[in-house]
Amino acid sequence: MIRLIFRDLTLGLRAGGGFGLGLAFFLIVTVLVPFAVGPETARLAPIAPGILWLAALLACLLSLDRIFALDREDGALDLLATAPIPLEGLSLAKAVAHWITTGLPLSLAAPALGVLLSLDWPGHLWLGLSLLLGTPALSLIGTFGAALTVGLRRGGLLMSLLVLPLYIPTLVFGADVARRGAAGLDPATPLALLAAVSLGCLAGLPFAAAAALRISLR
Amino acid sequence: MSLWTYANPTRFMSTTRPLVPALGAIAAVFLVVGLVWGFFFTPDDYRQGATVKIIYLHVPSALMAINAWLMMLVASLIWLVRRHHVSALAARAAAPVGVTMTLIALVTGAVWGQPMWGTWWAWDPRLTSFLILFLFYLGYMALWEAIEDPDTAADLTSVLCLVGSVFAVLSRYAVNFWNQGLHQGASLSLDAEENVADVFYYPLLVSIAGFAALFVALVLLRTRTEIRARRLHALRLRERMADA
Repeated sequence: MIRLIFRDLTLGLRAGGGFGLGLAFFLIVTVLVPFAVGPETARLAPIAPGILWLAALLACLLSLDRIFALDREDGALDLLATAPIPLEGLSLAKAVAHWITTGLPLSLAAPALGVLLSLDWPGHLWLGLSLLLGTPALSLIGTFGAALTVGLRRGGLLMSLLVLPLYIPTLVFGADVARRGAAGLDPATPLALLAAVSLGCLAGLPFAAAAALRISLR
Repeated sequence: MSLWTYANPTRFMSTTRPLVPALGAIAAVFLVVGLVWGFFFTPDDYRQGATVKIIYLHVPSALMAINAWLMMLVASLIWLVRRHHVSALAARAAAPVGVTMTLIALVTGAVWGQPMWGTWWAWDPRLTSFLILFLFYLGYMALWEAIEDPDTAADLTSVLCLVGSVFAVLSRYAVNFWNQGLHQGASLSLDAEENVADVFYYPLLVSIAGFAALFVALVLLRTRTEIRARRLHALRLRERMADA
C-alpha cells in the first residue's frame, strides 16, 4: 500500500499537473475574487474563509478524474485489481496519494492566500487547520466518486454532479470552523464535527469505493 | 407465497396490471375530494388568509419526496442483496417521481413564502435540505442515464443511493447546525403540522392519502414501462443475433 502511495506520488510529481495544477487553480480563483466583489477590506475579510474553502473544494474536484482514469487508460487499474492487495486498500492508497498531492499543499497554501483576501490573524491558523482536517474527507469522497464514474467515457462533468452534493457536510463544518476562528469565536464544536466527518469517511468510504470499482471493472 | 414471488417480472406484470388503474382511480378520488374540500370548504386562516390552502399540495408532496428516496433506498438494498431486477427498475422508476415531488414542494413553498415571509427563498434549514435532496435526485438520475449496461447501472446507482442516503441525512443535520451558527433562532420555520387545526387537518389527511396513492400508481406504471423497455431491448438483441 505504501508502495502504491509512493507510485502515485511520483507519477503526480513527474507527469506534471498533480501538485502544480491544483495549487495554481486555487491561486487563480483567489485572485479573481477581489475582481468580482471589489477590493475593500471590509468586504473581503468576512467572506475570505468561505471563499478559500470553496476554492479549495473546487481545486480538489478538478484533480479527481485522474485518480482512476489514467490508470484505467493504460491498463494499470486492471493489474492493480488482480494484485494481492484488496481493492479497499487500493482505494485508500489512492485517496491518501490524492490528499498528499492536493489537500496537503492546499491547506499549507491557504493561510498565505488568506493574506491576499485580508483575513485577520487568528483566522489563518483556523483556516489552515480546518482544511488540514477537512481535505482528507474531500479526497475520500472524491475517490468514491471517481470509482463510480471510472467506466464512463465522459465521466468528468457527471462526477462533479455526483460528488459536490456529497461535499456539503464537509464544507458546512469546515467553513464554519474557519469563519468562527476568524471572528474570534470558539470553533471547537464544528472542529470536532469536521473531524468526525473525516474519520467517518475514512472508515466507510474505501469500502464503498472498492464496491464501485469492483462493479466498474466487471 | 411470499413477497419475493412478485420479484418475478411476469408475476409482477400480471399482478400490477389491474392495480395501476385502480390506484389511479383511488388517487384521483382522494385528490379531488381532499383538494376541493381543502380549497373551497375550509375557512381562511386568520393570519395567513387564503394562502394557508397551499398546505394541501405542499405537505403531501414534501412527504412523498422523502418517502420516494426511502423507497429507492430499500429497493437498492434489495437489488444489491437479492439481485431482483424488478427492484432495481422500481428504484429507477421512483426517482423522476420523487424529483417532481421535491420540485412541487419547493415551488409551492416559494409561492407560499412570498406573501408570508416576504421572500421566495430563504436559507432556512428545511428549505436548504430539500434543495440538497433535489441535487441528490439529479445526480442519481444522471448516473442511471450515463451507463449503458443495465446491470452495471443498477449496481452503481444502488451504491450511490446507499452512500447518498448517509450523506443526505448528514447534510440535513449539518445544515441545521450551519443555520443556527449563522443567524440563531431562525424564526422562519413555522412548523405547519404542529399547529394545524382540525378544520385543515382532515382534508390534509385525505390529500396525503391521494398523493400516496398517486405516487404508488406512478411508480408501478413507470416500473411496468421499464420492464417492457427491457423486454423490447432483449427482443431486439435476439433478433439481431438471429440475423447475424
